[in-house]
Formats: sequence, C-alpha cells, structure tokens
Amino acid sequence: MAWEVVIGLEIHVQLATRSKIFSGASTRFGEAPNTQACAVDLALPGVLPVLNEQAISHALTFGLAIGAELGKRSSFDRKNYFYPDLPKGYQITQFAHPIVGRGAIELVLEDGEQLTVGITRAHLEEDAGKSLHENMHGLTGIDLNRAGTPLLEIVSEPDMRNAKQAVAYFQKIHALVKYLRICDGNLNEGSMRCDANVSIRKPGEKKLGVRTEIKNLNSFRFLEKAINFEIGRQTEVLENGGSLQQATLLYDADKNETRPMRSKETSEDYRYFPDPDLLPVLISQEIIDTLKSRLPELPEARRQRFEKMPGLSSYDAARLSEDPDIADYFEAVVEQSKLTKLSANWVMGELSALLNRLDLPIEKAPVSAQQLGQLVARISDNTISGNIAKQIFEDLANNPNVAVHIDDIIESQNLGQLNDKNALNDIVEQVIDDNPVQAQQYRDGKIKILAYLVGQVMKQSQGKANPKEVSALLLTKLGSL
Amino acid sequence: MIIELEELKNLGRLAKIELDSRAQNRAATDLNNIMQMIAQMQSVDTSNTNPMENPLDAIQRLRLDEVSESDHRDEFQALSEHTRDGLYTVPRVIE
Amino acid sequence: MDPFSSLETLRSGLDSGEFSSVELAKHYLARINKYNPQLNCFITIPEAEALQQATKADALIAKGNSGVLCGLPMALKDIFLTRGILTTCGSRMLENFIAPYNSTVAEKLAGSGMVCLGKTNMDEFAMGSSNENSHYGAVRNPWNTEYVPGGSSGGSAAAVSAALVPVAAGTDTGGSIRQPAAFCGISGIKPTYGRVSRYGMVAFASSLDQGGAFGRCVQDVALLLSGMGGHDPRDSTSADHDMQDIHALATGDDKGFTLGNKKITIGLPKEYLENLDGAQLQAVYETARNIFETQGVQFREVSLPHTSVAVPTYYVIAGAEASTNLSRYDGVRYGYRCKDPQNLEDLYVRSRTEGFGDEVKRRILTGTYTLSVGYYDAYYVKAQKVRRLIANDFSEVFKDVDLLMTPTTPSHAFKLGQLTKDPVEMYQQDIFTTPASLAGLPCLSVPCGTINGLPLGLQLIAPHFEEALLLKTGYLFQQHSDWHTQYPEPGAL
Repeated sequence: MAWEVVIGLEIHVQLATRSKIFSGASTRFGEAPNTQACAVDLALPGVLPVLNEQAISHALTFGLAIGAELGKRSSFDRKNYFYPDLPKGYQITQFAHPIVGRGAIELVLEDGEQLTVGITRAHLEEDAGKSLHENMHGLTGIDLNRAGTPLLEIVSEPDMRNAKQAVAYFQKIHALVKYLRICDGNLNEGSMRCDANVSIRKPGEKKLGVRTEIKNLNSFRFLEKAINFEIGRQTEVLENGGSLQQATLLYDADKNETRPMRSKETSEDYRYFPDPDLLPVLISQEIIDTLKSRLPELPEARRQRFEKMPGLSSYDAARLSEDPDIADYFEAVVEQSKLTKLSANWVMGELSALLNRLDLPIEKAPVSAQQLGQLVARISDNTISGNIAKQIFEDLANNPNVAVHIDDIIESQNLGQLNDKNALNDIVEQVIDDNPVQAQQYRDGKIKILAYLVGQVMKQSQGKANPKEVSALLLTKLGSL
Repeated sequence: MIIELEELKNLGRLAKIELDSRAQNRAATDLNNIMQMIAQMQSVDTSNTNPMENPLDAIQRLRLDEVSESDHRDEFQALSEHTRDGLYTVPRVIE
Repeated sequence: MDPFSSLETLRSGLDSGEFSSVELAKHYLARINKYNPQLNCFITIPEAEALQQATKADALIAKGNSGVLCGLPMALKDIFLTRGILTTCGSRMLENFIAPYNSTVAEKLAGSGMVCLGKTNMDEFAMGSSNENSHYGAVRNPWNTEYVPGGSSGGSAAAVSAALVPVAAGTDTGGSIRQPAAFCGISGIKPTYGRVSRYGMVAFASSLDQGGAFGRCVQDVALLLSGMGGHDPRDSTSADHDMQDIHALATGDDKGFTLGNKKITIGLPKEYLENLDGAQLQAVYETARNIFETQGVQFREVSLPHTSVAVPTYYVIAGAEASTNLSRYDGVRYGYRCKDPQNLEDLYVRSRTEGFGDEVKRRILTGTYTLSVGYYDAYYVKAQKVRRLIANDFSEVFKDVDLLMTPTTPSHAFKLGQLTKDPVEMYQQDIFTTPASLAGLPCLSVPCGTINGLPLGLQLIAPHFEEALLLKTGYLFQQHSDWHTQYPEPGAL
C-alpha cells in the first residue's frame, strides 16, 4: 500500500550576536566550559534578564525576508521544566505572541519542481547549555556556555512530502539566514539544528497520522536519513497492523535508526505564562522600515542575476549564489577581471579545490579575490599561460600574501609569456637543430611527434612560451625546411 | 475537594517536591482551603477586561549587543562542591 | 549617644566629629549583640566588614567629600545579595550561599558610604506575614516578645524598632514592609513598583516585589529610600522615572517636607472600614483622621469595589510567579543539595523537599496548580484580569482624591503560633495591603496608636510615583503626633 508522508520542520537558528539574548556574556563558540556563563546564565538568585536589541533586529530581518506578518507587540513566556542544562528551571521563549508570524518559502527542487513551504511562525528563545557524558565517570557534566545564546525557532507547516523536500527546505533556510547575516550557518558547531515531525497517512486522508518528532538533527545528510528511516519504521508498524504512538525520538547516526528519548518519557505540562521579568516589546513601523532598507539581496535574486552574466550556465549561477560569502568573492573576482566565465571556472575549480584541501572557509582563502581577479585578467590577455597561473596560485596558497599584486609577481619572477617573436624563433630553431631525428619523423608524416617538440620548446622557455604560438611556429619551420 | 490527592501527587512531580503521606494530607487540606479562598475571585465579571501583567503596563527596553561580562567561573563554582574540570556534575543522565 | 536618634541627628554627630562612623557602628553592634539573642532579628552580623566600611566612611568624612548617607549604619533584609557575605533569604536552601555579586540596592547603599551592620531575618523567600517561616527561627516583636513582628521583613522592622540599627531595607510583595512596620511601631515605605531595582534581590513574585525602607520617622525613611531607588538598566521592570523629588526631600531641610499651600484631600475607602475589627481600632483610626483634619486636610469617603477579592487575586499571582521563580533551586549549581542522590530525579526532589520549608512548598504547589494546563485560564489569567479591575478602582478614585488612608492591618500584632495552623487565616492578614501591591502603588505605613501596648499602623496610598506627596503627608502626621517617637519599654527587651 502507498502512504502519503507528511513532514514539518522546526529549525533552531543560533542568531549571530556578540552577547547572549538576556545577558552580557559572550556567545563565542568553543571556549573552556562555563567561562562564558555569567550570573544571569547560571540563574543565580536575584538575577534578571534584559533583552538584546540585536536578537530582535535579526528576527525581524528574517520575517521581512520571508514576507511574514510581524507582531506589533511581541512578548516572552516561561516554559517550565527541570533539566540540568536549563538553569532557571524554565526556558524563556515566545509562546503566545511570537515576533514573526505567518510567511512562506519558495523552493525549486532538483527536478525543477516548485514547492511552497508555509512558515507557521518564528519565535525568539534562549538556547540551553550542554550535557556531556564522556569521561565523566558515571556522572553527567554541565557546560552552560551555550545557555542563553539567542535562537530563532522557525516552525514550518507540514508541507513536505518526502525527505528530499525536507532537506531542500532546510538548505534553503540555511542559505537564507547566512545571506541575511543573522547566523553563521555553521552546522558542525550546532549553529543550526532541526527537529523533524514525521507522520504518514493514506492518500486522500485529511487527518494527519500520529506523528513522531526526531530531535536535534544537525546535518542535511542526517536529516534525510533520519526521516527515511522513520518513514520506513512507521510504514512497517502500520502495515503489520500495529498502531503508532506519539513520541520524541533521537536519531543515532552510527546505527542509522531512531529511538525514543528517555528524558522525555512523561508528557510534560510546561505551564507557559508571560515572563513577569520581561515586558512586551513594541515593534515600531520605523524599525521595520529601517531593517527593510538594510535587507541584503536575497539568494534567489542573486542567482537570477548571475544567470544573466555572460557565459554562466544556470548550474554555475546556482552554485555560485548558494553561499553569500562565495558569491561575494566571485563578484569581487569579476570586478577585478571583468571576466565572468573564466572567473567562475577558477572560483568553482582551483579555489574550491584549494579550500576543500585546506578545510578553510572562503573568508580565510589564502588568495584574495582581487589577486584571483588579477590572475584571471592576465591569463585572458595572454600575459601568462594557464600553467603559470596555476603555479602562481599554488605559490600564493602556500605562502599567502594578500598585499602583493599579481603583476609584481609576474614581473619579479619573470613569468610573463615569451611573446618576443625573435627570442621564440631562436628557441624553436635550436630545438629543431637539437632534435633532428624527431624533426625528420614529423616530416615523414608522424604528426604526433609535434607534441614532443612543443614540450621541448616549453621546457627551454621555462613554461613562459604560449603553446599555441609554439606549435604554429614549429609547423612553419618544419614545413619550410 | 478541589485538588484530589492524585492531582497533588502530580503537582509534586511537576514541581519536584515530594510529600510524605502525613505531609500530603496536611498539604491537601491546606491547598483545598487556599483554593476555596481563591474561588471567591471567580465571582468577578471580567468579560471586558484585559489581563494585567505589569502594574505600570510598561514596555521592554532593549540592551545594546555588547559583551559586558567576563569569566568568573572560579568564584561561581566555589558555590558548588560538585564540579569537575569546569563542569557542574549531576548523576548520569541518559537521553 | 542615643540609639533612637534620627539619621539627621546622627549625621550632625558625624559631621561635627562628636563620634566617628566606626564608633557609631560599634555602638549599634553592641546593641545588636546584646538584644539579638532575644529578638533574633539578624541572620548574619558581618562585624569585620562593617567596621571596614565605617573606617572608609570616616576617611571620606574627614576629607569632606561625603554624601548625606556616608557613615550611617543600616541593615539589609537577607533577601538582598551582598558580595562575599552569606545571603540566605531565610531558607535552608541558601544556608551556605555566599553571594558572588552585589544587589543593586546593596551596591548603591555601600556606594553612598552607608555601613551595613547585618542581614536581617525574614520569612523564607519572603513568604509569610509573621516571620515564623524562617529557617533561622522566628523573630520576636520588641514591644512584646510573645508577639510576632509581622512579616516577611520582620527582622528589619524589629531591628529598627529596638534601635539595633537606625534604618533598614526590606521588601514588600503583598505587605511585607507595611505590616511589620505597623506591628513594630515604626515607619515603612513600599515605593511604586519599579522604583527600587530588583536586581540582586531574591525573587519571590516578580510583578509585585518591591524594595523599600524602614525608619522610625518619615524623614529617615525618605533618606534611606533616596539612597536605594533609581533606574537600573539591569532590571527590565525598573522604572525610568527620576528620583529628583525624593532626593530633594532627603537632602533638603525639613521645610522640604511641608505641603505648603497645597490642600490635600484624602479618600477613605469604605470597603476597608467595613473590615475594621473592634471599637478600639476604629477609635485609633478616628484619632488619625482628626489629626489630619485639624491641619486642613479634607476627607471623602470613596469606594474600591474589588477590595474583597484582592487577597485571592494576590495569592494566585504571587503563587504562580513564585512557583517558577523558585525552580532554579535545584541543587545543581549552588544551594542545598541532598546527600547521595540516586539519580537526577532524586537529586531534584530531595534537594527541594529538604531545602524548602512548608509554606514555600505550599505556595509552589498552589502556583504549579494555577498555571497547569486546564486551570491556567480559570486562575492565572482570571487573576490578571481581576488585577486590572483592582488597579482601575484606584485610578478612578485618584481622579477625586490625592491619597487614600486605611489601617495597615486589621489588628495589632498577634501571638507567636496563633495563626500558624491555618494558612488561609494568615493570608487574610494581608487584606489591607495586597490591593495597592497589585496596582503597584506607593504606600507608607506610620505608627498611629497602640492597643494593649502593641502598636498600630496607618497606611497612606498614593498614585504611581507620588512618593514625595506620601512622605510629606506622613511628615505632617508625625509633626502632630508622637507615636513615632515612642519605643518599646527597655524592660521588655
């Protein structure tokens, strides 16, 4: 029997702020445990929350980007439950009046199919700390550095019908929040985590099936695998005449399976109520207008603009616009080189391979966009050969020096192509003289030997000769003898 | 009885407070007396009234996004005998 | 030196060199050490720190750049965090809690050069009307040690009453400054909600808690309040309202306290008078009215129709907020932790069950109930709506009158143990104080007589931020009465 799959996602986005949502402690990742947990984050007696303005701006920016209704009056509630990584015994979140209301996201799937995913709401809340279980000798260790980091929880409608769509949606949100500069998008540091609500039902059925919630998925791949596993599990249960129970699950990547979370066994009564330590936030039209005027170009608009660039395929445009930092880099290369296709090839080819090899983000690229632009320009005007360009690029990658101009490297190392006809003429004649056997073979019709002779000339010229010119000259010389 | 014994146990579970059976009976009596007193409030007509969350009906002020706190871990952890390598420790939690 | 002196007298003694701040501190510390064993006003007496502060104050006074509060002794309710000093909030939960930071109030008062002689006893987490709910034992009323001093700021009130300190800071959620001030025969102000920062003041009920001041006379109360109050960016609910008028009162001469040509009208809420218990109390109340009337104050009967539901409304809101404010006491990062927990649940349940006293547990359970699914609208939301109606009652009458006058309590202090059996009867003690708390209004209690040798208090209630008017009116009353100059018979101590 065929089943219809229904998926909704709750994506938690850590907002890029310097300090926490309700305290002045730093949000920096990877510091020694509890060194960034201040009195407020530790919930010492007497401490009080004060709201970070940047968290509000970031949330509104997201709302504007998805065309959502924005709450004129937004407020914070307490969600009460006990857990060691939640120091106050409640999480400050937005239950009744979220800052971002209904909106939507448009997706273009791999097969070109379009899908609109409704956004139910997005609300601000504080992140919890971390529980550590390894090397704790039977205890659990609590690190509260992350406690109080601002989160935007983006809740989708159950509009996705398979794991691929869910992944495409997650990727789209990932690109969007990076574009908006409201999140660093660093999945392996937990900057974005996602809970997937999965249920299945008979096609045509209006009512949703019993759903399970898979918690804390932090990669596109795990999201896809976890959903597919869960669809399989639910299908099996129902087809064997069993019934499903609403549950909160964890995905175990090593075993590729989901299992119930022990800590969530009893259904909680969270006793939400307005936090009396915080007051309602009023969102003025003025703030909204200011943020609107500061909205950057969004990924879709950029992709369309790239697609119109000379020589760029839609594949090129899509890949180059995926990540705002790559897109910015690419545009800076083009600005320098004035060449779109060759710049695109270098960014997606050499540069991308280099960054992969060094495991670096593009912001830390050892070759600056200006340098790559200069390099591309010099290839294009035949100042240097492609091989020399690669050599310069590698040298710069190994010994980065963003201050140096490519022309200075070419000049100081004398890497310019040998465009002096007389000099080249001399080398070509010398090579023919030194290789009489091969020259004769060519004349006898063994045309392939030409490559060998070109290679010899290139070697003599230390790679600076233009191979096209070399072969043309060789042909003339060999023919004319 | 407004709050039955079973309900009281559930409240204890939510609030992480356990009452032994004697305390439970006393608490049940007290809580029911309190709830009876509270029930007087129900006679008031509030159909056209908005809830009041803050006596001044004030509006939230926002803080600039600046790091104003520094590391005081040692001082804070002096308040607990249960830390290890900078972490607070609790009995093992299985997720 | 007379320990019952006003701050003004002590100030001139310090300024004239009659005595130093260190001598003053030692003088009061000696009284504390003498009388505290009977009264149990203090949980902690940080003598060494106090003398250090006094020494610093003396240096400032010698340099001539000290403020009006510099070098004067005071006490803080043990709800205000004081860095490096034990802060228990009256609870076993915090019996070893050495505060790692200063409350705004402690910081401001220390900054003004005041010398903190001790942390005063209180009902656990400020929950109580008799001070019998302290883990550190009940406080006794200096007027008669068989009687309670009131609560929850009973230690502060009793300490001022017995002149163990000239002034003390307290907090008031539903009457916790006014009721003990009345029972101990001293003056006490609960300012407008938001006047005094709640930062570093252990939270009981966030939307009601407010710090305030005790003193024997209104001028002392004004002076201490001027040092405590003011906007604090660390408290989102702190009012962004300047303290100019209060500072002017506190630092000017007594003429600043006169109402001048201002004719004031005081409202007498009839719902409060209906609840007055006995002819003696009515007589006391009548006398107070006469004193004002001879000074040209007009009276008008007014109605606050929702008065009778204030106590239930208050207990729903305070209980709900408290139930979650106290969730942080989980035995993990600080505070009481049970021995050998078997697992996480055991750690939570036993730490909280062993660490909290009965009244705190009752309120946590009540609050948990009123916030839980299915009851939230019927209790919590309903209470917030009634709260607005109660607040509206006040706004209505303040269109016609400048202030309201009521008894502070329905009777004088009761005996220790008299009401401990029945929490509801204890809660009814708050009938005159909770309505103004719900509305966030400033209130002053001044002594207005005695019955059976036990003091009574008169409560004045003003519109938001009208503390100056409140204090001036209280001053007028004290200019023409002498109850505030009476103190417990030394023999009783």
